[in-house]
Amino acid sequence: MASILLPEVPVPGFSFENSQRNAFLAQKGFPAPTATKTGTTIVGIIYADGVILGADTRATENTVVSDKNCQKIHYLAGNMYCCGAGTAADTEMTTQSVSSQLELQRLHTGRTVAVETAATLLKRMLFRYQGYIGAALVLGGVDRTGPHIYCIYPHGSVDKLPYATMGSGSLAAMAVFEANWKPNMTEEEGKKLVRDAIAAGIFNDLGSGSNVDLCVIRSQGPAQYLRTYEEANVKGKKQGSYRYPLGTTAVLKQSVIPLEVTSVTVTASPQPMDVEPSHSRR
Amino acid sequence: MLSIDGNFPEYAVPGAKQVRFEPYADNGGSIVAIAGEDYAVIGADTRLSTGFSIYTREQKKLFKLSDKTVLGATGCWCDTLTLTRLLQARMQMYEHDHNKSMTTPAVAQMLSTMLYYKRFFPYYVSNVLAGLDAEGKGCVYSYDPIGHCERSNYRAGGSAGAQLQPLLDNQIGLKNMQNVKEAPIPREKALALLKDVFISAAERDIYTGDCIYILIITANGIQEEKFELRKD
Amino acid sequence: MSILAYNGGAVVAMKGKDCVAIATDKRFGIQAQTVSTNFPKVYQMGPTLYVGLPGLATDTQTVFQRLKFRMNLYELKENRVMRPKTFSAMLSNLLYERRFGPYFIEPVVAGLDPVDNQPYVCNMDLIGCPNEPEDFVVSGTCSEQLYGMCEALWEPNLSPDELFETISQALVNAADRDAISGWGAVVYIIEKDKITEKHVKTRMD
Repeated sequence: MASILLPEVPVPGFSFENSQRNAFLAQKGFPAPTATKTGTTIVGIIYADGVILGADTRATENTVVSDKNCQKIHYLAGNMYCCGAGTAADTEMTTQSVSSQLELQRLHTGRTVAVETAATLLKRMLFRYQGYIGAALVLGGVDRTGPHIYCIYPHGSVDKLPYATMGSGSLAAMAVFEANWKPNMTEEEGKKLVRDAIAAGIFNDLGSGSNVDLCVIRSQGPAQYLRTYEEANVKGKKQGSYRYPLGTTAVLKQSVIPLEVTSVTVTASPQPMDVEPSHSRR
Repeated sequence: MLSIDGNFPEYAVPGAKQVRFEPYADNGGSIVAIAGEDYAVIGADTRLSTGFSIYTREQKKLFKLSDKTVLGATGCWCDTLTLTRLLQARMQMYEHDHNKSMTTPAVAQMLSTMLYYKRFFPYYVSNVLAGLDAEGKGCVYSYDPIGHCERSNYRAGGSAGAQLQPLLDNQIGLKNMQNVKEAPIPREKALALLKDVFISAAERDIYTGDCIYILIITANGIQEEKFELRKD
Repeated sequence: MSILAYNGGAVVAMKGKDCVAIATDKRFGIQAQTVSTNFPKVYQMGPTLYVGLPGLATDTQTVFQRLKFRMNLYELKENRVMRPKTFSAMLSNLLYERRFGPYFIEPVVAGLDPVDNQPYVCNMDLIGCPNEPEDFVVSGTCSEQLYGMCEALWEPNLSPDELFETISQALVNAADRDAISGWGAVVYIIEKDKITEKHVKTRMD
């Protein structure tokens, strides 16, 4: 079955088949367009019993909001999550790839993977691509050595900090942290501080907006992902309704394709894997 | 023509760069104006921003030029200020010369001339002028930065102009609809529509938000109204 | 000028109550010159699955062929219909693989899930960052105009007939304010027992 079109094992890595054409187009005055950026405010702190990560939920394409409620806190492993800022596709795909490597590592060693391992995998990947993969990350997690927050920059440099912010709203958020962060905060204090930092980004940075997402990773038990922890902004209530009477739009021709409704009896029951779920700890 | 940059890039001197003079800023903001039979409404958001940051959430971008004429202006805020100050001065001169205040169409024509006067160093401003004409009918004039002027019944301008305009075409211009009767748009409906298009624009344009400042121009004078938008 | 606006065109998709709609304009042009007025950018990929690929027309066709190829293989191997979410993941990976030499398209996916009949819409940027909202997705050269229309017109739980009016008005009025979109439009209303294809009358200038 294998052929050049369809190799048995797909070729790994990026494909550069269009690069020559695209470079030619750029030379002719058609530069490659920009991808969706997440303007973003992302933060992470260490508190008494673990770490708390926070993010806003706006994705922008230049000055237009392309996603009002996107997820910027990505799953890496049961004991760690990673917030992403920068080119949206890069943060998404980089964290997915590292998440899969971490899971393989966990299955291979039978241990909870250390946060340091994830930080190393991420920084190696980003350093290898010399900043062309535009991902700015805040990695947070808990392992046997305690809670950790890492800041990972697009070029592959790493900061290890007790509290960190990234993205276009990082200054607004850091202002809140510098004023109010202290060691050994309680979970309630920590959540409020992270909420306040994200809210500062949402309201004062135009690249950030919509809602506050949180993720609490404690030293014991599974991580708690608080999607839409606070709906900081709601859409205004419309004055009128814009439903059209049927027949408003002029139709030139129409055709109907009937579909056979096959009653699907095969129910996809989730099959338990014979390994323990990844959020368990050892 | 051979050039170093085009033909011999390896001989180009690294580090030597010409810094261009960039006199313009984009401070964002949007305007919508709707004219009716005996009124005109004009609204603008109150957010003034640059890049990714907000200067203020309460900047009125509407200028009462007379009790029958209001100008909405967005774009480069310093140009807006200069242009409107000049406009007000020239309107006062007109009043002193002719012993009457300028009609809206006269202001519209003068604004066009003033913009074209700066043809090769333009004011970077998106203008929408609303008011009542000599017969007391509502009118809206829209401009490009160098003075092209067009009278219409409704117009959106500014950073979210592209998002605002199609709905106005559809709901006021009754474009692309069958079985609809053309009728003058009542004031309440115009006001509701103006708020609704701004709600939509505030969702998607990062430079539009905070609040809308609305002026309603009738023969009895100019009424003010405010309407809250999202603040992120 | 952006290469994404070389040929022009627009696609929009919306969720309704137990139905989903996807609409496209029919223009194919080279910059300002209109070449054809019968070039829809939406393709059927499965019984209740459609994909819109606005952007550079050559890539529209190339990506469609690659998708069809990968999809046929999936269906041969798995002997089942592909779910919209799976399709999006496949498309996303196809685009991200070319992260540093992308196809110049910004796709829209719309469909009903063959298992639970849930409506699904999704759009991506040109390197495959997926966005799966609860209401509508837009793409193409008049995306700003479409955002403005859809934000005002869309409401939850529209019936198939209402959804048709809403999506058609959104597309047609938005395309009228874009010089390189329009020249006819096609709307597909996808329900679990039928698909209705309607060609909408628009301005031809």
